[in-house]
Amino acid sequence: MDLSNILLMRFEVILLVVILLLIVGEIFISQAKKDAVIHLSIFLFGLHTAIGFLNLEEGRLFGGMFHTNAMIELFKNILNIGVLILLLQSGDWVKEKIMKNSRGTEFFILLFSSLLGMYFMISSGDFLMFYLGLELSTLPVAALAAYETTKRISSESGIKLILSAAMASGTALMGISFLYATSGSIYFNDIILTVGANNLTLLGFVLFIAGLAFKISLVPFHFWTADVYEGAPIAIASYLSVISKGAAVFILMILLFTVFKPLMEIWDKLLYGIAVATMFLGNLFALRQQNMKRFLAYSSIAQAGFILLGLMIGNQLGAATVMYFVLIYIFSNLAAFGVVQAISLQTGKELMGDYEGLYRTNPNLSLIMMLALFSLAGIPPVAGFFGKFFLFTAAASEGYYFLVFLAVFNVTISLYYYLLVVRAMFLRKSNNAIPYFENKIYMRLGLLIAVIGILVLGIYSPVYEYIYELSANLQ
Amino acid sequence: MNISYIILIPVIPLVVFLLLGIFNRKIKPSVSGYVGVFGLLVSAVLSFYAAFEYFFVLGKVDGVFQTLSEKIVWMNFTDSLHIDMGILVDPISVMMLVVVSTVSLMVHIYSRGYMHGDEGYTKFFAFLSLFTFSMYGLVLATNLFQIYIFWELVGVSSYLLIGYYYTKTSAIAAAKKAFIVTRFADFGFLIGILIIGYYTGTFDFETLNNPEGSAILNWASYSFMGLSALTWALILIFIGGAGKSAMFPLHIWLPDAMEGPTPVSALIHAATMVVAGVFLVARLFPMYYFVDDGFVLQIVAYVGAFSALFAAIIAITQTDIKRVLAFSTMSQLGYMMLGLGVSGFEGHSGVGYMASMFHLFTHAMFKALLFLGAGSVIHAVHSNFLKDMGGLRKYMPITNITFLIAALAIAGVPPLAGFWSKDEILVAAYEHNRLIYYIGVFVAGLTAFYMFRIYFGIFWGKDRLYHHKPKESPLSMTFPLLVLAFLSITVGFIPFSEFVTPDKMGFTAHLNYPLAAIASAVGLIGIATAWVFYKKENQLGDIWANRFGMLYKWTSNKFYFDEIYMFIAKKIFFKRVSEPFAKFDRKYVDGTMVGIGNTTVATSRKIKGLQSGRVQDYAFAFIGGAVIIGLIFIYLWT
Repeated sequence: MDLSNILLMRFEVILLVVILLLIVGEIFISQAKKDAVIHLSIFLFGLHTAIGFLNLEEGRLFGGMFHTNAMIELFKNILNIGVLILLLQSGDWVKEKIMKNSRGTEFFILLFSSLLGMYFMISSGDFLMFYLGLELSTLPVAALAAYETTKRISSESGIKLILSAAMASGTALMGISFLYATSGSIYFNDIILTVGANNLTLLGFVLFIAGLAFKISLVPFHFWTADVYEGAPIAIASYLSVISKGAAVFILMILLFTVFKPLMEIWDKLLYGIAVATMFLGNLFALRQQNMKRFLAYSSIAQAGFILLGLMIGNQLGAATVMYFVLIYIFSNLAAFGVVQAISLQTGKELMGDYEGLYRTNPNLSLIMMLALFSLAGIPPVAGFFGKFFLFTAAASEGYYFLVFLAVFNVTISLYYYLLVVRAMFLRKSNNAIPYFENKIYMRLGLLIAVIGILVLGIYSPVYEYIYELSANLQ
Repeated sequence: MNISYIILIPVIPLVVFLLLGIFNRKIKPSVSGYVGVFGLLVSAVLSFYAAFEYFFVLGKVDGVFQTLSEKIVWMNFTDSLHIDMGILVDPISVMMLVVVSTVSLMVHIYSRGYMHGDEGYTKFFAFLSLFTFSMYGLVLATNLFQIYIFWELVGVSSYLLIGYYYTKTSAIAAAKKAFIVTRFADFGFLIGILIIGYYTGTFDFETLNNPEGSAILNWASYSFMGLSALTWALILIFIGGAGKSAMFPLHIWLPDAMEGPTPVSALIHAATMVVAGVFLVARLFPMYYFVDDGFVLQIVAYVGAFSALFAAIIAITQTDIKRVLAFSTMSQLGYMMLGLGVSGFEGHSGVGYMASMFHLFTHAMFKALLFLGAGSVIHAVHSNFLKDMGGLRKYMPITNITFLIAALAIAGVPPLAGFWSKDEILVAAYEHNRLIYYIGVFVAGLTAFYMFRIYFGIFWGKDRLYHHKPKESPLSMTFPLLVLAFLSITVGFIPFSEFVTPDKMGFTAHLNYPLAAIASAVGLIGIATAWVFYKKENQLGDIWANRFGMLYKWTSNKFYFDEIYMFIAKKIFFKRVSEPFAKFDRKYVDGTMVGIGNTTVATSRKIKGLQSGRVQDYAFAFIGGAVIIGLIFIYLWT
């Protein structure tokens, strides 16, 4: 192997270096200057994100276990942007709540390790690499979910996540072994050639998909979602709902569109059923939630249902609309979680009722929240509308009218509960509204980037056109 | 004709909105009022100039009004389907520019007086500008995608403005109701757009509406459940339009929307936004006419006729004057829809389309006037209810006269504006479908009756116990009344048929004297009946109400329509579907939390607690789900 080939793994290598630097830094930075870790982490990750946009070649490594191309890079860049926003939004939280207990660095180390796992998962060329990536991406998050050791529900959340995740990866592993048993190979390229109609392959396929469906919170693999989100620190709930979900959607899309393409006639029916169940269940549960984290948890389940509409189509248009939707979803959801984070950090309040009258005291935060929710609900002219519209157009173009009908119906239901929050903030008066507070610079920056994304992504058309062009790679 | 400057018409209100929105707290209320009015004045002048230039300077080329457009490719959605943004100038969009500008300008001026001293004054003007921008964007849209964006935007601005008095719970409920009911209708619209986009490969109005274009020529190529796919699409789009234009049974939001400030009701819920549905059908009229030989137009006609009748009946019994006007609006919108529904395409047979647009135009003037007049009255007596009003003609002469003019106009008394446009609609109905014609004539009578019922109730009869003597509103409010009254008298004389016809060629309309006489007579009978019942205070109204006891009760409760909706929403959806779900969530999902809460912090005991807890259930669901899906999957394959 030529040493310069290692450049193909640029994302992974640089992130690994960042992780190592932080570990070393942990030793050398004195306790009194612990804040520096936050600045260092954000700075290094920002640098890493920027480098990610440099041009990169296609290629394979390790005999095909690892591969990369322009589209995979785009996936990684999307994840990077999301993580960067997340870091900015949670920096103050780490400083104020965690550093006090002389911890903190491991937050970044664990988070980056999980992201590293996702890189490997997305770039994997065989099931072994995929499985390693899957585990690496999940385990650190379980530790992070239990990160607020002073809170009981945080520990509970961690335990629930790790138990559910163990289940999921066990199931996926079993699926992988069935696939290996029938095809005699774990390489994607070999499996494409042999995959076909036999019961063991199908069972293996379904078990494997179940493992991924867990990460995307598709019904009936979603039960852990609300419990874990509620207990986990907001930064981690946000990570799970945005980054982790996004990465899983990307890899699911790659696998369905390439490895399992021969089975498409069947899996589109499977996805049809799951999509309907996911949209309805997510929405119906979300209707009655009072805790903002649980509320966003169910809303994110419902959003995952919409994503399946694009996956079902299995062509370039489907891939482009899914990626575009996920990109917009990342920005919208991060904006919403960011506001929840800011308020929780200042006041410890996380209930919808606490948001009453927020517009009078904190107009800017309310407006950001409104934009985020409008984007999630798909109201023009914010980006979420375009994401949904294109997704539905793509589904309609393959004749899935009834499904689109159900989806649009669900959008209308979702509008109801998103408006509940908007109403609480803007249209309700409250005597003990959350008082005015100023956000720190990182939080402001994090929210600002998210808002710019929400406003610009829909209207600035080259973004979509670029994605559409790149998704030709999936054919 | 260079149409580039027309882009400024929507852009100016947008800029005003941004200015007022961003500097909300830093601008003095008096300044923000002037900024709003001035911005709109510029837009209005440009609109009038555009109308003048389009109809008179450019005029007809080869006997046809041209369709001008300027658009850019905004996005290449797939290799074959692209989405444009731009402006489309044709007779109806120019006409709508004039309508929106006129009414919006008057409402802006009026609001300076009406909203004076309100703490959200600047916010109010910001929202008004946002609405006006969206409405301009809607009428100028070049394609379905673009119109849908603005369609939703007017919905959002309407939501914000209805809920403007956010301390009133009823206002908040009304705002949400309006938004969600119209959204339900919009989802028909959205699916309709998707179907059209897929089958015709374009969203562009010019391409779609071309009678020789492939969209119309090949309408029958795809069928779905007995009808062609495009027929379905047009039905779905009409559902969207019916939601915005408050057609039965999607009208339930409109009366509640009256919770918003009165100038808003005048602008949005009388003159502009609610006619968007009518405009939408008119915009796609060639498609409606040619696809499936006008099958969908029949639906449009009957829905319109029924809504007109239904709303007029309800309007008779309402005691809140704004609600009377709301039902009256719904009724008149039904008129416009039925006008479109009975229209042909070429030459004189397009009279229904022409009349519908004509009525849209005249109705905007006199209905805005009615609302602003009602606002002036409400301003003076601080109540919406007829029982608190009476004898006001002595105190409010200008309001009295202008309201009377508007009432005569809507009653169809010649030679006021409403007479001309309503008469043309009835002519079209008479030539096309007698049943609809008779409904139309009957509704005309009802309209005159309920309108004069409130007119006499407000301005005649005995004085009520007023807390302080009612007085005429300030000039900023009476000036728009006078302008609109002048327009309500005069705009009927515009030879509309020369300008706005489906084939864009124009024709000369002649008054059909027998029909006009019948319509006017019916209107006068309605007025006379109201005179007998309500001019002087007497018990006649109550006596008749008692005599028709059951019927009156049904009508005054709007045929229990809201109750039926609530029953379906609350009892069925919430109780049977959503509540069990929530209970399940509380009991099992939340229950886990509480159960675990009792155990100690120690992780070891946690695990124990969890293992006896519900993660098992999750695991069961997980494996069970995977196995069941696996079985279905295998079954499907083999």
